[in-house]
Amino acid sequence: MQAQSVDEVLALLQAQGYVGSRRLATSVHLALALQRPLFLEGEPGVGKTELAKVLARALGAPLIRLQCYEGLDVSQAAYEWNVPRQMMEIRLAEVASRLAPPDGGAGGQHPTPTPGRDSVAERDVWARSLYRRELLIERPLLQALTQPVRPVLLIDELDRADEPFDAYLLELLAENQITIPEYGVVRAEHPPITFITSNRTREVHDALKRRCLYQWVGFPDEEQELAILRAKAPQAGESLSRQVVAFVQRMRRLDLFKAPGVAETIDWTNALVALDAMRLDPDSVHDTMGVLLKYQDDVARLQGAEVGRLIDELKALAIIDGD
Amino acid sequence: MGYFAFNLAHFTRILRRAGLPVGPDRTLAAVQAIEAVGLDRRDDVHAALSAVMLRSNDQQPLFDAAFEVFWRDPKLAERMMHMMLPKIQGRGEKTQPKRNNRMAEALAAQRPQSSKPPNSAQSDHQQDFDLDFAISHSDRERLHAADFESMTAREFAWAQRIAAQLPPPVQRIRSRRLERARSGRLNLAATLRHTARQPDTMLPVYSRPRRVLPPIVVLLDVSGSMDRYARLMLHYLHGLRQRHRLVQVFTFGTRLTHITRALRDRDPDRALDEAAAMVEDWKGGTRIAQCLAQFNREWARRVLGARAAVLLITDGLDREGAGELAQSAAHLSRMTAQLVWLNPLLRFDGFEPRAAGVKALLPHVDHLLPMHNLSSLQDLERALISAPRHRFNPSSRS
Repeated sequence: MQAQSVDEVLALLQAQGYVGSRRLATSVHLALALQRPLFLEGEPGVGKTELAKVLARALGAPLIRLQCYEGLDVSQAAYEWNVPRQMMEIRLAEVASRLAPPDGGAGGQHPTPTPGRDSVAERDVWARSLYRRELLIERPLLQALTQPVRPVLLIDELDRADEPFDAYLLELLAENQITIPEYGVVRAEHPPITFITSNRTREVHDALKRRCLYQWVGFPDEEQELAILRAKAPQAGESLSRQVVAFVQRMRRLDLFKAPGVAETIDWTNALVALDAMRLDPDSVHDTMGVLLKYQDDVARLQGAEVGRLIDELKALAIIDGD
Repeated sequence: MGYFAFNLAHFTRILRRAGLPVGPDRTLAAVQAIEAVGLDRRDDVHAALSAVMLRSNDQQPLFDAAFEVFWRDPKLAERMMHMMLPKIQGRGEKTQPKRNNRMAEALAAQRPQSSKPPNSAQSDHQQDFDLDFAISHSDRERLHAADFESMTAREFAWAQRIAAQLPPPVQRIRSRRLERARSGRLNLAATLRHTARQPDTMLPVYSRPRRVLPPIVVLLDVSGSMDRYARLMLHYLHGLRQRHRLVQVFTFGTRLTHITRALRDRDPDRALDEAAAMVEDWKGGTRIAQCLAQFNREWARRVLGARAAVLLITDGLDREGAGELAQSAAHLSRMTAQLVWLNPLLRFDGFEPRAAGVKALLPHVDHLLPMHNLSSLQDLERALISAPRHRFNPSSRS
């Protein structure tokens, strides 16, 4: 299934319950049409990772995910040689060469060339046979290049990996290939649809961004967030959803260390529903504050009169009915 | 499409002239992007071009403004750019990085609904400052540009030596990357590669985690009481920044200023001149508490990864708000792996933490070290190794 226009992408995402702006859909469409990686940047919890997951589901493509962390290296991100097996092959070859008659004989059933014989060429063949494809363990990046269908590759939270890793990705992003020194170049037959996300804890290198389409994902506006709640937390009534969204939207304007993301809004709504809250009041907000705010200083800030003030504001706007 | 491609190329040039780093390859990408989304809807064209041409959300307002004008009247856009941009200056003269911001503001002002870039902190807080701080604190704050020239030749030579030699007083951290070592963990893959080259011997190869400098964030007090030290420290920090890329430097007195960009220049004189131009509260009063709180709020989550070290260089003499200071310091210490305080007042043998600000800070720092002369600076690293950590440091950091 392939989307041919922005509208189709939008419909595709919506069918999977992902509410995104038309702008985001345009970028996704371009990523598909131009076969370029899409670099998504934005606050945590605005649906960057979710977008890749949803798109994979919508296209029926396998999702390959690489979660980045500090110290991530090639052996965990791209490929690794199966060293224990290589060791075993060496041992087997040793044994075979000891068993084989000294003049070389007809050779055993074992196809591995034996070391120990002194010809340099044979040694070379032997060394190369230690690095054959079956002994290569594929990690996510290499997996993404060897799929039988076009996969979705998600490189999540790239800013967590250290900078040298940015440079390592360049070849993959630009050429859809990985060079393995002992083996050669692995090129993708079905180039992956690549998404890279970043929370901006550090600036990702320009050379990498240049190879990507760039998209900033911000907090959704009131209408969008309401649509998201309708899709993701349908058990909450229309009225409660409206109140939650209005409350969260106002909260984001406060000077908080970490403004709640969409993920938090959904969690909070579910929490309120679980507590049978029919509408927002200071008590229910206080009881569930931990779902929404993850820093003690933020919680302390809202604990006082602030919640009451926000609720009064919503009452004044008739979003919450007065008593 | 031909005429359109021509227009796109023109648009790219205008963006470039406006200071956006849009390479020629973008024009081609833009043509492809427009082919993919079509020309039916203006918002699609806008979104497509942004996706292709931008590399950071900060650039959006400038792009929006240019887009708005250009798609109404390309000629007008060009004239406006000419008017708004200062003439290209001769070789050697530095173009100020602030210029882009100013133009972004000038252009963005045409669209009242255009959103504010979240990270143009510099210009933003300058405005805030002009409105609030300057009036309420004008009595205490003596705003003047830092005069680095008055540094004596001897001071300068000192500083250069320090900058060239000294390691930063932070503890190295264990990287998750490995390096070859005489002993440690057996590295099977490397052993095998070695064996492949020399099949007759099988020498085990070992590796162990590399020990590297963590990212360092420096908060430098430039208030009146710190004047002599701050100037010296700036030289030191410039040297540090040149050697270790992961250094971020902020100055604070009555306001917080991010000066890392200035210190990127290799030449110390040019770098410090530029820094001096950015710092406007040089030799003014001190509002440590507010500045730390501002740092926590606006920068901490961005520049402090899980393992960053914070170097706080101040005498701790805050004129107000010890309670607030304790709170900000506590927050800061929770956000960072090591909080090291360099204090010039430690030179006095009988130094006791009696000032309210010092008392508020002390419980939250891991190390308190002196920094009043060259020898104390040279001793910093040794002092750090022998000094016990002050506080219990919960390891749950994110």
